[in-house]
Amino acid sequence: MAEMNLRQMKKDQSGIISSIKAGGELGLRMREMGLVPGTKITIQGRAPLNDPVALRVMGGVLTLRNNEADHITVIVDDND
Amino acid sequence: MALAGNPNAGKTTLFNTLTGARQHVGNYPGITVDYKEGNFTHNNQEITITDLPGTYSLTAYSVEEVVTRDYLVNEKPQVVINIVDASNLERNLYLTTQFLELGCPLIIALNMIDVAKDRGIEIRAEKLAELLGVPVVPVIARSGQGTETLISQAILQVTQEWQPRDISYGEDLDEAIMELIAIISENTFLAHTYPARFTAIKYLEHDDQILQKGQEDDSATAARLEKNVTQVSDHLLKTMDAYPEAIIADHRYGFIKSILRQGVQTHSFDTDRLYTSDKIDKVLTNRLMGPVFMLMILFGLYQFTFSWSEFPVSWLGLLFGWLGEHVETILPDGPVKSMIISGVINGMGGVLGFVPLIMFMFLGIAVLEDSGYLARVAFMMDRIFRIFGLHGSSVMPFIVSGGIAGGCAVPGVLATRTLRSPKERMATLLTVPFMNCGAKVPVIALLIGAFFSENKAMYMFLFTLISWAVALLAAKFLRATVLKGEATPFVMELPPYRFPTLRGLAIHTWERTWQYIKKAGTVILGISILLWALMTYPGLPAATKADYEQQRQAVTSSFAPEIIAESSSEKDVVSEEAQRLRQQVIALSNQESEQALRNSIAGRIGIALEPISRLAGFDWRTNIALVGGFAAKEVIISTLGTAYSMGDVKAEASDSLGKRLTRDPNWNKVVAVAALIFIMFYAPCFVTVVCIAKEAGHWGWALFSMSFNTFFAFLMATAVYQIGTWLG
Repeated sequence: MAEMNLRQMKKDQSGIISSIKAGGELGLRMREMGLVPGTKITIQGRAPLNDPVALRVMGGVLTLRNNEADHITVIVDDND
Repeated sequence: MALAGNPNAGKTTLFNTLTGARQHVGNYPGITVDYKEGNFTHNNQEITITDLPGTYSLTAYSVEEVVTRDYLVNEKPQVVINIVDASNLERNLYLTTQFLELGCPLIIALNMIDVAKDRGIEIRAEKLAELLGVPVVPVIARSGQGTETLISQAILQVTQEWQPRDISYGEDLDEAIMELIAIISENTFLAHTYPARFTAIKYLEHDDQILQKGQEDDSATAARLEKNVTQVSDHLLKTMDAYPEAIIADHRYGFIKSILRQGVQTHSFDTDRLYTSDKIDKVLTNRLMGPVFMLMILFGLYQFTFSWSEFPVSWLGLLFGWLGEHVETILPDGPVKSMIISGVINGMGGVLGFVPLIMFMFLGIAVLEDSGYLARVAFMMDRIFRIFGLHGSSVMPFIVSGGIAGGCAVPGVLATRTLRSPKERMATLLTVPFMNCGAKVPVIALLIGAFFSENKAMYMFLFTLISWAVALLAAKFLRATVLKGEATPFVMELPPYRFPTLRGLAIHTWERTWQYIKKAGTVILGISILLWALMTYPGLPAATKADYEQQRQAVTSSFAPEIIAESSSEKDVVSEEAQRLRQQVIALSNQESEQALRNSIAGRIGIALEPISRLAGFDWRTNIALVGGFAAKEVIISTLGTAYSMGDVKAEASDSLGKRLTRDPNWNKVVAVAALIFIMFYAPCFVTVVCIAKEAGHWGWALFSMSFNTFFAFLMATAVYQIGTWLG
């Protein structure tokens, strides 16, 4: 178990969101898409220029810019 | 009744299935979000259904959300059908919890149960209905399965009163909410529109719209509530390090999870299993292959729009040409005839000539949008466009407008509708006219052909690159000044790939095309007539006209009678003498046209502007042509032709005009570059301007676009001319 920033996660790595430090519209947009502490996410892939990132969340796929992903910390399994 | 739900949950598909073609698009005054209303009959009952914009929640951050919320509280629909995607139930129910809190009579349409089943997700609808306390009907919107039951069930809900439901938000917040409710109830604060608990929660969420309404309704109570909320927020930040709105969201998901865990949803496969859609994405958004496929697909769309629409466009051109000729023979000569041919018929031709183009483009975009690919394009392009303050979705309008030379800004402006972020959308809207559209291409080709004939292709490519650079930098400039503001979050869904339905594509394409005809058509016709008048009035004084007539007579009478007869015959090949007579007469008529144009209002504007335009190296002839270019960029060629006494020059065959320009002392390579720059970037043609006004929802933006672009283009052209001349 290790805590890391979403930006550092590699492709196909999974983890559970531990905290989200974003307020205002960004915070809201994340929450309404299911990005809340306790949610499991998997990195689906990154865009050709490494940014944005695509995540698998609940039953769907979401995109986030890297600077938006910075607000999210994730607990990942060490063996991943 | 009203239809609401998340984007991509199949809301529009269900709406189309229910109403078929019996729907119409309306506009909310002042904003650009459309709403659709449709009718259908169920058991001899006439039912009206409103398709609300797709949203993920009911806050006040986007127009879509405000529209949905205001519709619910103001129109009080008798029942709300909440469509949810069964394959993504947890997140879809987030919006449902907010409907429950608002208390509107609700029924859930559990859509895409077939997709969910394929993914190994089993949902027990009765159990879900029991736990949520609202009816749940499984449907497949694409095939229409279950919709009969859905409507019968929905009708049963109609009699119900609004019953707000309470969801617990944890000890701290529940206590705070009770306090707020006490204040709200005591003062019957906003009671006519919102349930007390809903108002309390919105205050805790710092909802701007409700806060403002509260101030207007009862500022004393509003102040008390706000003070109370600030205390609660501070306390929560200190003790739990979280905003109240985050805690509220957590508990909403908690509420949903607790329901789903009670045997509502079972997964028979591993949740990490890759679905077909993910497999497609492995290829289409692959970091190496993705961009290659994207270029191919976008180029394909471009080809489809501009090559395939060529035939209908040319048929329409022929039709209006035929109509013009017909009127030519029927009506007597005079201003009425001239107005009908040059103003009305050409104006109508201008409006309708774009229709096939727009239909093809919207069809192409509808395929990309409905299949889910457009979101992937945005995903891949966002990093580049973000640098300029735009959004990944801006790429489509740019390409359609002429990112690959030869597009058209009119469908480009209309294509900005696919952008959901307001500031980025406006910046895109205002900068797409900088691209080299199909009408500018012949003008650019004329000047390049005349002055840079040795490297045509290279110059053409160079000017395409310049248009991209200028458009993107202008976007950056606008986002740093008039459209300043934070980037809209890119938290966006990549919906699973789906086959678009034929019905959906047809309705999508038709309704957007019809809106263009209806909204833009009338205005464009009016401006077209106005421009015709500018180029025609005041006509030449009678004495001058008589003078020209006399000169023609004089020239004619110097020839032998049989030559005169031969030259006025319909024959194409005539003797040398007759040919000479024809040429002399034409030369005189061309001179007369030139003088008439010079005397018209447009001509006078051109001459009056000469002292200023000299800074960029333009003489009055060029000025008139540029004024004419506001009607449509290709008009620049024909107007230049008239101004240089060359008669009616066709855009496709302008070599002679090019040669004439190279001989003119007012023209040289530097002037040509300055003119090219000006033509590429000055005010968009008025069809585009009208579309900008309609899309921006405000004429101010259209005026801004005209004056900003012209000023900017003039600055650039002047710089080119002055520096170029100085360097020799």
